Amino acid sequence: MPIYLAKRFGLAVLVAFCVSILAFALLRLQGNAAGALAGEGASAEDLAIIVETYGLDRPLIVQYASWLGDVLRGDFGTSYFFKSPVSDLIFDKIGNTVILAIMSLTIALAISIPLGVLAAVFSGSWIDRLCSLVSLLGQALPSFFLALCLVMLFAIKWRMLPASGADSWRHFILPAATLGYYITPPFMRLVRAGMIDALSNDYVRTARAKGLPAHRVILKHALRNALVPVVGLVTVQLGLLIGGSVVIESIFALDGLGYLAYQAIGYRDFPVLQAVVLLLSVVYVVLTLLSDIVNAWLDPRLRVS
Amino acid sequence: MADLSNSADPTATAELAETPPGRMSWSRLSEHPSLLIGGGIVILMILIAIFAPLLAPHDPYAQDITNRAVPPVWFEAGSWEHVLGTDQLGRDYLSRLIYGARVSLLIGFAAVSIASVIGTTLGLLGGYFGGRVDMVVTFLTTIRLSLPIILVALAVVAVFGGSITIVVVVLGLLKWDRFAVVVRATSSQVSRMEYVQSAKAAGASNFYILTREVLPNLTPQLIVIATIEIASAILMEAALSFLGLGVQPPTPSWGLMISEAKSYMFFSFWLISIPGIALATLVFAINLAGDGLRDLVSPDGRG
Repeated sequence: MPIYLAKRFGLAVLVAFCVSILAFALLRLQGNAAGALAGEGASAEDLAIIVETYGLDRPLIVQYASWLGDVLRGDFGTSYFFKSPVSDLIFDKIGNTVILAIMSLTIALAISIPLGVLAAVFSGSWIDRLCSLVSLLGQALPSFFLALCLVMLFAIKWRMLPASGADSWRHFILPAATLGYYITPPFMRLVRAGMIDALSNDYVRTARAKGLPAHRVILKHALRNALVPVVGLVTVQLGLLIGGSVVIESIFALDGLGYLAYQAIGYRDFPVLQAVVLLLSVVYVVLTLLSDIVNAWLDPRLRVS
Repeated sequence: MADLSNSADPTATAELAETPPGRMSWSRLSEHPSLLIGGGIVILMILIAIFAPLLAPHDPYAQDITNRAVPPVWFEAGSWEHVLGTDQLGRDYLSRLIYGARVSLLIGFAAVSIASVIGTTLGLLGGYFGGRVDMVVTFLTTIRLSLPIILVALAVVAVFGGSITIVVVVLGLLKWDRFAVVVRATSSQVSRMEYVQSAKAAGASNFYILTREVLPNLTPQLIVIATIEIASAILMEAALSFLGLGVQPPTPSWGLMISEAKSYMFFSFWLISIPGIALATLVFAINLAGDGLRDLVSPDGRG
């Protein structure tokens, strides 16, 4: 177990290191960072000042090393546009993104677990078909289109909920509903598949043979086992949610990391963008690491290999 | 990363062995209504995209300031002149919708072609050679999975400027992970099969074995992943264009059409719902066809 953990941890660090190179290189692909920053019509003097201020004339590897050194000390540089430390900006916004991710995940689980169980228990029936139809529709509806439809109904027509901002919990309902619906299908499929698998197992037959009522067999014996892989998917989806909320946060002007990144793209604010890309990648690496550790703890077979 | 550890799934080999490659009779096809319906809609959309110039009643770029935001024919103010109405610049909406199918399908197919080549190559190498090569492939896949795909795509488009080519290249370079994961797992199993071993014993080169013995046996799985990925690439293009960082105006892209109509949504919601429904229908049909194909490829395992 300690060897597995050490290896797994080493891999995570290596991945995070490579991701940091990519996050840095990504925004230097064009070569002319100063020109991109100054925008069109900048004078040669403006460009010289920018190059001087940000040290853009140094070799790329030196720039990378100094950037990484700063990042490891928690200093992500200063935003070109907002003129404040990037770490402060991220610290301000991350809370909203995390709230949004957790709310969306809760909604997705609240829909997918009951529907997945129903689909598995009545596998092949019209309930099963209806569930797979809902899941296919969920994958097909573009999230931004669903978001606009919800805004039209709940914010404009019925005036029940606010359409933009992040001032109260009510501002989170529409974005979380959109994102939650969007990530429901993979959970539903996993719960359904896990339940079908669990229901065919010996311990379920034994429980049934003992004369336990059907709902106890399903909920207590089968569901518990079917939910084990769902834990893994939750960590992966949480990572994707934090990254994937760019579109939804921009639509609802919900002041989180995704919206910050979207603004940074518009203003060509490289330090902010680099920091957000790196941070989201590292969050994903950490979450998958945690999920692998939990899996190894749950399933001793994995520790050996 | 949990996905990568599933390589020792013994049922996949059995499925592979049971599926005769390239045999798909009409009677077998009709047992899969989802494939028929989904595939039918997709083929229809492809035909619409190919014959767009013949089908579109008007020039999709022609503006008519006197005829702005005319509603579709089923509204009272609508007319048969513009069946789906006109947009905020007076362009015929049906014609833009028809040409928009071209953009969506072109980007979906082109991006996934690039992604499938990258992913299949990596997966084949990792699965067949194993050892160090496999470690590198797994590592690259892990890194790719760690990158937030929409954000990276947005950032690259912002640096290079939006165009159909850039969107295709960016999505192609980012969406290979599923190909790599699945091809790696199946090719490592195929590589252990007797006919591959005997080809090796007969002195066939690695290249010959990979392209003639291993790859053909992966075709069913590849087609299934390709359908899923095309659907997802189409949605991503729409999202990028919606955010203004994909296909640029005046090109008719469904995502861009929704974005352009955003400020008119209160009075003319059909400007948003028509391209939205078109997108959802296309993606739904591709996924439906993909589900049907998966059933066809692995008869006993749904999900």
